[in-house]
Amino acid sequence: MTGRMTARPARRSRFTHYMGRYWPLYVMLLFPMAFCLLFKYWPMTGLAMAFKNFKIVKGIWGSPWNGIDNFKYLFSRPESVGVILQTLKLNLLDLAIGFPMPILLAIMLNEVRNKAFKRITQTVIYLPHFLSWVIIASLFIAMLRTETGMLNVIAANMGGSKVPYLEDNLLWEVVYIFIGVWQSMGWGTIIYLAAITGISSELYEAATVDGAGRFAKIWHITLPGIRGTIVTLLIMTLGRILGSSFERVNSLSNPYVVLKSANVISTYIYRVGLSNGKYHYATAMGLFQNVIGVLLILIADRTAKAMGESGLI
Amino acid sequence: MQSKATALKTPKRSIRESVGSRTLDIINYVLLTLVALVCLLPFLHVVSMSLSSNGAVISQKVYFFPVEWSVEGYKMVLNDPSMMRSLGITVLLTVGFTLLGMILTVLAAYPLTKKDLKGRSVISFMFMFTMYFGGGLIPEYLLMNDLKMLNTLWSLLLPLAFSAYNIIIMRSFIESSIPVSLEEAAFLDGANYWSVLFRVVIPLCKPVLATLCLFFAVGRWNAYGDALYYISTSRLYPMQLKLYYLMGMASDAANLAEGGAASYVTGEVVKATCVMFATIPIIILYPFLQRYFVTGIMIGAVKG
Repeated sequence: MTGRMTARPARRSRFTHYMGRYWPLYVMLLFPMAFCLLFKYWPMTGLAMAFKNFKIVKGIWGSPWNGIDNFKYLFSRPESVGVILQTLKLNLLDLAIGFPMPILLAIMLNEVRNKAFKRITQTVIYLPHFLSWVIIASLFIAMLRTETGMLNVIAANMGGSKVPYLEDNLLWEVVYIFIGVWQSMGWGTIIYLAAITGISSELYEAATVDGAGRFAKIWHITLPGIRGTIVTLLIMTLGRILGSSFERVNSLSNPYVVLKSANVISTYIYRVGLSNGKYHYATAMGLFQNVIGVLLILIADRTAKAMGESGLI
Repeated sequence: MQSKATALKTPKRSIRESVGSRTLDIINYVLLTLVALVCLLPFLHVVSMSLSSNGAVISQKVYFFPVEWSVEGYKMVLNDPSMMRSLGITVLLTVGFTLLGMILTVLAAYPLTKKDLKGRSVISFMFMFTMYFGGGLIPEYLLMNDLKMLNTLWSLLLPLAFSAYNIIIMRSFIESSIPVSLEEAAFLDGANYWSVLFRVVIPLCKPVLATLCLFFAVGRWNAYGDALYYISTSRLYPMQLKLYYLMGMASDAANLAEGGAASYVTGEVVKATCVMFATIPIIILYPFLQRYFVTGIMIGAVKG
């Protein structure tokens, strides 16, 4: 490349012949950059609202600054503090139960020797990943509703009593976690199965010669072989511990849980901001979540790199 | 190649299996079958309801198999203009969104693969930063308001079409699978970056282009959050948002008892059929989705 550039007449300025060759690339970048600036960076200027007492008639820039009053308000109110804690709680439960499942499933799938069985199982357990949260919530509401839900109909037919799966706050949390696992466990196996494929088959053969059983091989070869992947994904998940999927919580929510178990940061921002019009509090909460999120991702990335993994950024 | 590699990894079956190993196999097969059933059953239940008669559903006789077969639900949904309208809007949105997203992704990713492009790292950073930080819901809502895009389909078409994650996937695919020498040869033949992009790079990127098309299409098809924020006229509801209201999921609108009463007016069969309508396209495309999504995950994971 440089060879061709120096072959040009030396008199022309470097800039001119650099642009002579590269201008099409800059033209290509113009369109995505314009999009990025307008739809991603322009809203960031709106974060100023987190430090203002927003009056809708005065707009963002006409409203008076109020320092960190919005944050003081948020951190002094039991509801908003509860929202942050509830987000953490649901994510930690997700981590404790949802994180190991794909690992376990991948190892189980790897032990399957019947190829057709393996392929069919994979096809079925990947499916939930492709369904929208509205669909998933619809499926489970049809199963779990107190009066007409299938599980309760079966329970009633067998003489049992009906269980308010979606209306009791504790049960709702169990259901929420279960559905999250249901949706993501199959898809999560892909990356582990790929990692297992990367383990040298000689290790397994040598272990067989040494008389290792299958559990021994799983414990001493398969698990250490995917440790890097596990660590990287674990750190990534920890980096998102304060994130919250709006669609998952909101579609499963209902009036019995909306102010308790289903009250997480994303739904709080929606309710307080868009529904109640308290833009400055909602923006402050969003900014808090975002800043913590970036910090956690940076820490996670450093940690991963310090542990010799590839990192995220 | 792939299957051969996996075959090698599977522990070899010794001639005489120990009892322990065979027990392990049986337990494994049973557990995996259970997991697969758990994944499938909620879905089967709704399929069965959509194909059953109203009476059978109301008297709660339908579990995992249609009772008193009927396609009434499907007829009603097909004859419902508002449902068909939502479906049309969603199809239109999905096609437009995918097209726009792909143009943005290709135009952003290709220049960033050129190591000696000045400003490359700054622009890369500018794009990647958006994956970790953003204005959030309220500022984005106010932007839509300022641009007069609230209650228009533009609000669902434009903001999400820029995806830094997809740009990374596209870029790492180009970097890893298109040899620099190939592009160099085209330059010697008098091509410039435009013609190289369209005649050399894009034709060689078909697998990743298919993957990203499906990422965009499925993402748009399934999303309802932005429609819930930005669209309030029911004329413009996309499929998923329509379904959201139909299912009585809007928890601030009415209490659960009322939602339950309203749902009987709509009819369980029709509701189940609507769920099917939003899912059938996914099921039809599923073989492609599965293959290309896996490809995408692999490219995304390789990125350093």
